[in-house]
Amino acid sequence: MFYFLTMPRTLSAPVTVAFDYTRSTGPVVGRFLTGLRDGVLVAGRTSAGDVVVPPLEFDPGTHEATADFVEVAPVGTVTSWSWVPEPVAGQPFDRPFAFALVTLDGATRPFFHAVDVASPAQMSTGMRVRVRWAEERVGHINDIACFEPLPAGDAAATAGAAANQSAVDEDPQREPTPVTGVITPVSLDYVYAASPEESAFYSALLEGKIVGQRCPTCQKVYVPPRSACPADGVAPTELVELPDTGTLTTFCIVNVPFLGQKITPPYVSAYVLLDGADIAFLHLILDIPADEVRMGMRVKAVWKPRDEWGTTIENIDHFRPTGEPDADYDTYKHHL
Amino acid sequence: MAKLPAAVVGVGQTHHRAKREDLSMAGLCREAMDRALLDANMTLDDIDAIVVGKAPDLFEGVMMPELYLAEALGAVGKPLLRVHTAGSVGGSTAIVAATLVQAGVHKRVLTVAFEKQSESNAMWALSVPLPFNMPVHAGAGGYFAPHVRSYIRRSGAPTHVGAIVAAKDRQNALKNPYAHLHNEGTTVESVMASQMLWDPIRYDETCPSSDGACALVIVDEDTAKASPNPAWVHGSVMRSEATSASERDQVNPQAGRDAAAALWKQAGITNPLEQIDMAEIYVPFSWFEPMWLENLGFTPEGEGWKLTESGGTAMDGILPVNCSGGVLSSNPIGASGMLRFGEAALQVRGAAGEHQVDGVRRALGHAYGGGSQFFSMWVVGAEKPTN
Repeated sequence: MFYFLTMPRTLSAPVTVAFDYTRSTGPVVGRFLTGLRDGVLVAGRTSAGDVVVPPLEFDPGTHEATADFVEVAPVGTVTSWSWVPEPVAGQPFDRPFAFALVTLDGATRPFFHAVDVASPAQMSTGMRVRVRWAEERVGHINDIACFEPLPAGDAAATAGAAANQSAVDEDPQREPTPVTGVITPVSLDYVYAASPEESAFYSALLEGKIVGQRCPTCQKVYVPPRSACPADGVAPTELVELPDTGTLTTFCIVNVPFLGQKITPPYVSAYVLLDGADIAFLHLILDIPADEVRMGMRVKAVWKPRDEWGTTIENIDHFRPTGEPDADYDTYKHHL
Repeated sequence: MAKLPAAVVGVGQTHHRAKREDLSMAGLCREAMDRALLDANMTLDDIDAIVVGKAPDLFEGVMMPELYLAEALGAVGKPLLRVHTAGSVGGSTAIVAATLVQAGVHKRVLTVAFEKQSESNAMWALSVPLPFNMPVHAGAGGYFAPHVRSYIRRSGAPTHVGAIVAAKDRQNALKNPYAHLHNEGTTVESVMASQMLWDPIRYDETCPSSDGACALVIVDEDTAKASPNPAWVHGSVMRSEATSASERDQVNPQAGRDAAAALWKQAGITNPLEQIDMAEIYVPFSWFEPMWLENLGFTPEGEGWKLTESGGTAMDGILPVNCSGGVLSSNPIGASGMLRFGEAALQVRGAAGEHQVDGVRRALGHAYGGGSQFFSMWVVGAEKPTN
C-alpha cells in the first residue's frame, strides 16, 4: 500500500475520493437536457438577441431567468478546435479525437463537444459537422455521443443550409416528464504524501514504536510529530519515544452508520493521551462494553499480529482498559 | 480612519428543505437574492459588488462554483468575491461584504451564501479516510460529541439541558415559515427518547441536512436613508486558531472568547446579557447553546446551562436565542452563518414576522466553523452607531 517518494523515508499512498453527485438541474438546464433525451437541441435566446446552447440559466443583461427557448439544428460549423492525441480517463473516446467549438445552425454562440475523426488532418475551422446521438438517450450531455463530419454531398454541407429551427422531433418514445436531475460521478485520484515528520512516526510504527516530538520552545510533546509546532511555529527536532499506555480524556460512542464507514457501529471513538505526550489523538476503544467506557480510564494499545504491521497507526488495532484506577480529573482536564 | 457606517436594508432566504429538486444551485441563490433585493427595494442593477460564500467544494462536487455562478449572481461587469471559512462562512461572508461598505470601497453590496446538501453527503465529505490514519472519524457529530462530553463533565450540567435547547429551537421553528423542520410536538421528553447517534448527542439534538441560501443587501449611510428600518452594523469580528495545538480548549476556544471580547468593545457593550436583546447563535448540536453562551461572555464559565435551564434563552426569556429555530431547524451549511446574521438584522428591523421579539434594539449574529477553529460574529442595532 505504500511506497517511497524521492525523499528517503517520506511515505505516500494513493487515495481516491469518489462520489456520485445528484445534481438538480433547475428548469432551464432541465429543458435543455429534456431536449437531448428527446433528440432535439434546445437553445435560449438572450435579451441581447444571442441564441445560446445550452441556454444560460439567467440572462446576463436583465438577470431574469431564461424563458425564450428555440430549437436549433443538430448540424453546425466548427469555429475552433484542439487535437487530443492522448486521451485520459473520462474523456469521450479512448482513441485520439478533437475537442471543438461548434456553432449550430440557428445559434449565435458556439457549443463545446468532441469530434470523432482519425487525425488532425481531417479537422479544419469552417468544417461542417453533425450530432451523432448516443444509442440510448437519458437526458444527459452524453446523449450527444460526439460530432462527426457531414458526408460529402449532404444537403446540409453548406453553412446555413440546414433549417434554423428544426421540426419538432416526432419520436414516439418521447416521454412527457421533464428531466430535473442528473447524476454526476466524480472520482479523483490523489497521492497522499505524509510529511517527513509524519513519515518518521509511521515508519516507527512498523517497528512497533510510537514516536513523538518535543517543541524546543514550549517543550510540549506532539504525537504524531508535526513540521511546525502549532503554538510556536518552530520546527521541532527532538524525537521522543512514547509508551503505548495512556489516559482516555474524552470520547463518543458512534451509533450511526454512514457511507464510506470503515468500522461497524457501535464503536467508541476516543481521545487517548499517551503517557508523556501533551496532545491526545483519536483511536478506537474495545474489550469493554461501550457504556462502561469512562473519561480518565487508563488504556493500553492492543497491537495487531506483527506480520500484519505496516507504516500505519492501524498497527494498533485498538486500545483496551488496563484495569488501573482511573486517572484523576485534574491530571487531564487541561487536555479537554 | 474610522469605519464608515453600514446597514443591512435587505434580507432574503429560501424555503429551506431537505431537497430543493426544483432549483439548481444558481436558482437557489437567486431565490434568496431576489427576496433580499425586493426587501431592499432595489434591483441587481443597483448593486456594486457581489460577495458569495459556501462551505467546502466537496459538499457539491463543484470546484469553485462562483465561476459558473457569475452570471446568475448578477456579477457580470462587477467585482465577485468568494469567501470560505468552513461552517462559519456565512458569517464571514457577510462581514467581508459589510467591510467593503465600511471601507468606502462600495456603496451597495449584495452578499449571498448557500449549500445544496442534497447533491452530496456532508458526512461522507467530512470523513474521507486518509492513508496511515485511524478511520474513526464520523462526520461533524463524531467530531464534536467528545467535546460536548467534556463540557458536561466540566460544567456539571444535568444531561437534559441539550434536550431543552432542541425542544425550544424546534418550537421556535414552527413560527418561521422558511425553516426546514416543522416538527410539531417536540418536547424535552421526546428529544430525550430519540435515538442516541453519537453518544452523548441524540438524533433530535442534531441539525438537519438542508438545501438553502441566504442573501443580504448591505449599504452605506446615504443609501440607507431610503430604508424605513435599516439594521446598522455596530461591530463585527472574525478570529481563528490552530485546530490541533497542545492543551487547546475545545470546549471554550480562545478564538471565540477573544472575538467576543473585541466585538463587545467595538459595539460599546459592557454587559452583553443586559444590553443584547436577542441572539442568533450557531448551534448545530444542542449542547453548543450553553457552550457558546459561556464562550461569548453572556454567562460566567460553567454557567451557560443554568441560563438555558431557567428558560432564559426562550422567546420570553432575558436573552431569547435562535427565535428562528436556528441551525437545529435549518442547516444549509454555507448559508447557516448568514442566516444567523440575517435573522439578527430582521429582529432589529422589527421584520422577523411571527418569531419577532418585541422591542429588539441590538442583536447578535454568530457563526463558527472547522473544528471550532473559525469564529465570526456581529452586532446589529436599530440606531446608527455613535462610535
